[in-house]
Amino acid sequence: MAGSRMKLELCRVAQGRSRLGVLTGLGRTSQQSLDVPGCLLYTHFGTVPHLTQDTLHTVSNLPAVTQVTLSHIAEHQEVLEEFKDGFRKFAGLHDTVLYCSLHDPAVLCPTGYTTNKTVSVWGSGGRMELTVAKFMALQKTVQPDWYQSMADGETWQSNTSRKRVRKSVDRTLTHLDECLLVHQNSQELEGVEVFGVVEGGDILEERVRSARETAKRPVAGFCLDGFQSGSMDQALKTQLISAVIKELPEDKPRLLQGVGRPDEVLACVEAGVDLFEGFFPFQVTERGCALCFDFDVSLDPERAGRAPHAVLKLNDDQKDTVGETQQNGDPCLDQTQMTSFEINLNDKRYHDDFRPLVEGCGCYCCKNHQRAYLHHLLVTNELLAGVLLMIHNTAHYHGFFGALREALASEKLDVLKRQVNNRWRG
Amino acid sequence: MVKWLNVDWPTRLSTAAASRYAQNNMAAVVERGTVANNTQVDQMSLKKAVSAASPLTLRIVAECSVTKARACDLILPHSAVSTPVFMPVGTQGTLKGITVDQLEGLGCQICLGNTYHLGMRPGPELITKANGLHGFMNWKNNLLTDSGGFQMVSLVELSEVTEEGVKFKSPYDGKEIHLSPEKSISIQNSLGSDIMMQLDDVVSSTVTGPRVEEAMHRSIRWLDRCIAANGNPDKQNLFAIIQGGLNAELRKACLDEMTKRDVPGFAIGGLSGGEEKDDFWRMVTLSTDHLPREKPRYLMGVGYAVDLVVCVALGCDMFDCVFPTRTARFGSALVPWGSLQVKHKQYAKDFRPIDPDCQCPTCKRHSRAYLHALFKTDTAAMHHITIHNVAYQLTLMRSVRQSIIEGRFPEFIRTFMKRMFESPDQYPRWAVDALASVHVTLE
Repeated sequence: MAGSRMKLELCRVAQGRSRLGVLTGLGRTSQQSLDVPGCLLYTHFGTVPHLTQDTLHTVSNLPAVTQVTLSHIAEHQEVLEEFKDGFRKFAGLHDTVLYCSLHDPAVLCPTGYTTNKTVSVWGSGGRMELTVAKFMALQKTVQPDWYQSMADGETWQSNTSRKRVRKSVDRTLTHLDECLLVHQNSQELEGVEVFGVVEGGDILEERVRSARETAKRPVAGFCLDGFQSGSMDQALKTQLISAVIKELPEDKPRLLQGVGRPDEVLACVEAGVDLFEGFFPFQVTERGCALCFDFDVSLDPERAGRAPHAVLKLNDDQKDTVGETQQNGDPCLDQTQMTSFEINLNDKRYHDDFRPLVEGCGCYCCKNHQRAYLHHLLVTNELLAGVLLMIHNTAHYHGFFGALREALASEKLDVLKRQVNNRWRG
Repeated sequence: MVKWLNVDWPTRLSTAAASRYAQNNMAAVVERGTVANNTQVDQMSLKKAVSAASPLTLRIVAECSVTKARACDLILPHSAVSTPVFMPVGTQGTLKGITVDQLEGLGCQICLGNTYHLGMRPGPELITKANGLHGFMNWKNNLLTDSGGFQMVSLVELSEVTEEGVKFKSPYDGKEIHLSPEKSISIQNSLGSDIMMQLDDVVSSTVTGPRVEEAMHRSIRWLDRCIAANGNPDKQNLFAIIQGGLNAELRKACLDEMTKRDVPGFAIGGLSGGEEKDDFWRMVTLSTDHLPREKPRYLMGVGYAVDLVVCVALGCDMFDCVFPTRTARFGSALVPWGSLQVKHKQYAKDFRPIDPDCQCPTCKRHSRAYLHALFKTDTAAMHHITIHNVAYQLTLMRSVRQSIIEGRFPEFIRTFMKRMFESPDQYPRWAVDALASVHVTLE
């Protein structure tokens, strides 16, 4: 794409796979940047769930890029068109870089509604069908800094036929070409970046084909779609992602859609993924849970091999909850299922636990409130529960990404992996 | 001004000064409004003040020369409160979706918690372990707790009243709870609120007949039991609640009796139910006529803007109501000209803030159109309106106070009413009458 300002500056590539660097040239003034591997700020219509600007900005390590989705925006097209000045201004977002995706990564869409010419999104009023024309009209109205091309990603179900998968690859490429045509002829989209979307379900040849073809187009980066649900096991995921990445240029970023669990994030970073959608903290919040997994790799070398206190303490918390959750690695179709990276504040055991959610966490919730209070808020169905949990989970998750980058810089990714997967012995 | 230990007390105590003051448990001398200071009387009241060592002091900063309104500094253990004051309601130890930092940022100096709800969940033992309700919710300013009495009316299907107390059936697990005056005070002692309410025998304001008189007399007896049961009189202030329904004789009898008790403040209860506004204001003004000047008057359950302004004119200092925070969650934003239903279609393309003159975080950043759309997507929409509505109420009270201090409260009332209603023939009859009774004529 002529004049693409987005640039991926890599400072480290480990074992030819996981990359560490900065995505620069972002935003209208091309002055903003995002550290990689990184995570976008997940929002509902420009608002981080439950939070106003005051509560959001108690979190200090927020990413520079905010994600919005057409599933929330599409029904408001008329309003935005009348507003004229773009979504960022409409939502009162001042300095952020805006990325627009098609679907809400926290919600799996119903299948069976995609056609050769259309994809569907679900808003508050029901299903809306988007043609490329409507899709691009929306982008012109939203005026994001970057967006993903329209794509048919309805292949995440485990029993998708080969024929269906092939169709999704073909359609997605056609959509991409049509989007790019409109994009190149739109003054409103000057300076806006487009990501191509790689499809292919769980079929290796289709994944490779989709990646090769998409890489031929003048896009600024790549979204990897169709890995959303838990129905594909991690080994296959990693294999497919690796195969896809082999076909993609080294100097363009790769955004993996719909994957957010910390252990999966680590595995996918190792496979070469740069960017993730930040919806996982929201899902954890909705089930009344708080992220508590340890990501502190700043170990005293003398203590290498011995679990630090924080990990041991968390072991106790998690040991008791293991029985209530599925084990790591098992397919998990129910996205409301609790993971072993979190504690469930609904549990009676917290009713007189006066510790913060996570000892040593500097977030507003942990500095000001205790587990017992959070438990009370959940039991009494109080709105503040969502606010406080969202603050903590957002801070914790983005802290994890910071730790991930540090681990890559100091070659401690293995240590981090062990910590996050809680595999200390002794 | 009176000199106390050779220190000139400023007209308005800063919050830091107020808490230092409260910590030392010294009582400030109640400043007299009249010019002539009788030194001997001052010395006597000084002595009385020192021996009382009360956790509440009311300093009357200004009195309206036309109406019965006052502007005061109410000094409580956690901080000073400027009156007239609207107290937002945080029933279950939280103000629906708002953090304590946000609440403090809006200038809130006192808010409410509810004994019935908190007594059930999480219960007094846990709150004691958490260092009281202040510790549990991490609120640094003042707290007022209601006794659980109102739930007798609001949850009447589930309650039964005897001389002993109220028997409730818990809606959560069907268990029976007995709330006696002693039990209510015990829970409130555990909560550690700065102001506690007596348990009163509450009867709906639409009820007539002997039950009203019975409830009034019982409330007096329960007041005495509450006073006796208060285990924390030097840190927690117990307010009496005047009952008597809409009957002037019963109200007067209640006032006569309750004002004989040495409590730090009085509430006017049993109103703000479904009664006629015409009866409502007459009971309010009757009550303030017979309540001591130097103690705060708390009108319970009043929160609509017009009611607040009128009842300040009738001599009330403190107010509470769930309305502003509850209505916010339905998308109703309070504004000087009434209310704005943000969820209505007409605001979908309205790119102005809720109130262009409002300085709250919501109005400074967001438009009606954005909030309208956000209501379809995320709970944060409710929080934005809640913040705005609390800001509206607190700002209104601040403006009322300032106008009293500057001697222009009647003018403020006229401007307020003009803004709120499209024309003078829309002014509510009861408000016109009530204001006339305190010498304010509207057009």
